[in-house]
Amino acid sequence: MNGIDPKTLLPDTGGENSAAGLDSSRHKDRKDLVFVNLGPSHPATHGCLRALCALDGETIVAAVTEMGYLHRGFEKDCEVHTFQQVIPYTDRLNYVSAIMNNVGYCKAVERMLGITIPDRAMYLRVITCELNRIIDHLVCAGANLVDLGALTNFWYSFNAREKVYNILEKLCGARLTSSYTRLGGLSRDAHPSFADEVRAVLKEVKKSVGEVNNLISKNRIFLDRTQGVCVISKERALSYGWTGPTLRACGMDYDLRKAEPYYHYDDFKFEVPVGTQGDTYDRIFVRLYEIEESANIIEQALKKLPKGPVMTDDKRVALPPKQETYGNIEGLMNHFKIIMHGICPEPGEIYDFTEAANGELGFYIVADGSKNPYRVKCRPPCLMNYAAFHEMIEGGMVSDAVANLGSINIIAGELDR
Amino acid sequence: MKNEEILEKLKQKHPQAVLGAADRFGYLEIQIAGASIAEVVKTLRDDPEFAFNMLIDLVSIDYSATQGWTGERFALAYLFKSLTLGHRLQLKVTVAEDEPVVPTISEFYANANWLEREAYDQMGVRFARHPNLKRLLNHHEFVGHPLRKDYPITKRQWLSANESLMDEMDVRLKAKGYQ
Repeated sequence: MNGIDPKTLLPDTGGENSAAGLDSSRHKDRKDLVFVNLGPSHPATHGCLRALCALDGETIVAAVTEMGYLHRGFEKDCEVHTFQQVIPYTDRLNYVSAIMNNVGYCKAVERMLGITIPDRAMYLRVITCELNRIIDHLVCAGANLVDLGALTNFWYSFNAREKVYNILEKLCGARLTSSYTRLGGLSRDAHPSFADEVRAVLKEVKKSVGEVNNLISKNRIFLDRTQGVCVISKERALSYGWTGPTLRACGMDYDLRKAEPYYHYDDFKFEVPVGTQGDTYDRIFVRLYEIEESANIIEQALKKLPKGPVMTDDKRVALPPKQETYGNIEGLMNHFKIIMHGICPEPGEIYDFTEAANGELGFYIVADGSKNPYRVKCRPPCLMNYAAFHEMIEGGMVSDAVANLGSINIIAGELDR
Repeated sequence: MKNEEILEKLKQKHPQAVLGAADRFGYLEIQIAGASIAEVVKTLRDDPEFAFNMLIDLVSIDYSATQGWTGERFALAYLFKSLTLGHRLQLKVTVAEDEPVVPTISEFYANANWLEREAYDQMGVRFARHPNLKRLLNHHEFVGHPLRKDYPITKRQWLSANESLMDEMDVRLKAKGYQ
């Protein structure tokens, strides 16, 4: 200040404008706070979420969250539909990676029925799930970076995503709501050029991830806005029941594909990226590295992809071939039974889980011997993430809250069900 | 720990609380007396031999539409996982229709707060001493509990006013030193 002591310009009289008066740690008055709603309808909430924030200046001193804006009664709807009819509803849970929900639900019901699906179906489920994981992570990272003002990354990640969607569209006729699985297998086999097309797309995906990496990993603005921002401790994350990439970002090496493997995941060689700090930066980078690991898994699965049917021959769930249905009475009866009487697991209860893009996606299913599930409870992984959101953003700035919301990847369809 | 060992050890620790056990497709289910759920959960979390450091989910079930059902109307299934030891466990608590109240476990797991709110919202099971037992998924003006079997799926309700959330904010501000 040009050698002038600021105190001579503004003497500290101990009044309202004194340094002590502006120190918020000593002076806590609710009249100083401004209450601002983040959401429910806001571009950065990517869905309908609401966080009411009490601001002191630009710092969030307290926050409370509200959810349920996209609640459609998924669980109640399941109770009045047959086991097979629930599959399209599961598409609408995490609509960014729909096939993972299809697989999670079908795997639970198949275990209940005691059905082992054919190897080719398992491998195709792994491949499509990992393609969905890539999409999910690309969307999460891309959208998160847009919220930070880094629009170019969005084009790189969404271009790659579009190419993966082209494959899925060719595979099952739909882009987002694919309903690719059926109880006992898959709705249809992969087309002959599937493997080559996937390999070509994986190259582009890896290139895009590399480009995103180049743009952000040494970018001062990105680093300042994500490193040490909205940190959550390992212990707190566990207490909140976090799973998946967000838990791994806190330094927990926990992945259901390794810890409790299913569908031959133990035969694939892949690494589980783990963070150290539990901040926004780690959550973004764990996802980016997971994309590369998913690509590795897909390449191995394509190499090993066995020939054979994609649907079990168990007559309780598999529709007979059309020539059987039209050609003989047993086939016709079998078709009629499955369509009209449905698939009826024995009475019982099961909890089964898969590693979805956001973490442990679980289905608790109660069957009473009829064609409809008696009760379906979905465990959405991002519910646990959102439960911790208010705690993470307190003490930070509003812009940190926006950066954090993208990094914990809340998908409202899954959160609110 | 194997399923049988978990069951034996829990029986030793809480002989009064354990009512029975079942195998759910390889997943151990232990039936617990509702009143003692909080102390059992505390043991499961804090005892290093159990080390159930994660509450995976809380599932509420209404059995009243099951054919020939004679037990209590509601049940809660608490799903646990130990990340350090790798084992899983499910606790089952039955809840009476005339007084559907169970002690809260929200002091032991941070996510239990919301999971119990969801069970209350959807099924109408209440949790004694819960710090903030409000609806979670449904609108605050909603009447009834939609996942009960006697709630018609086609029923519609008119819900209009938005929620101020200031009741929750008040608690939060006090915790931060704003009186």
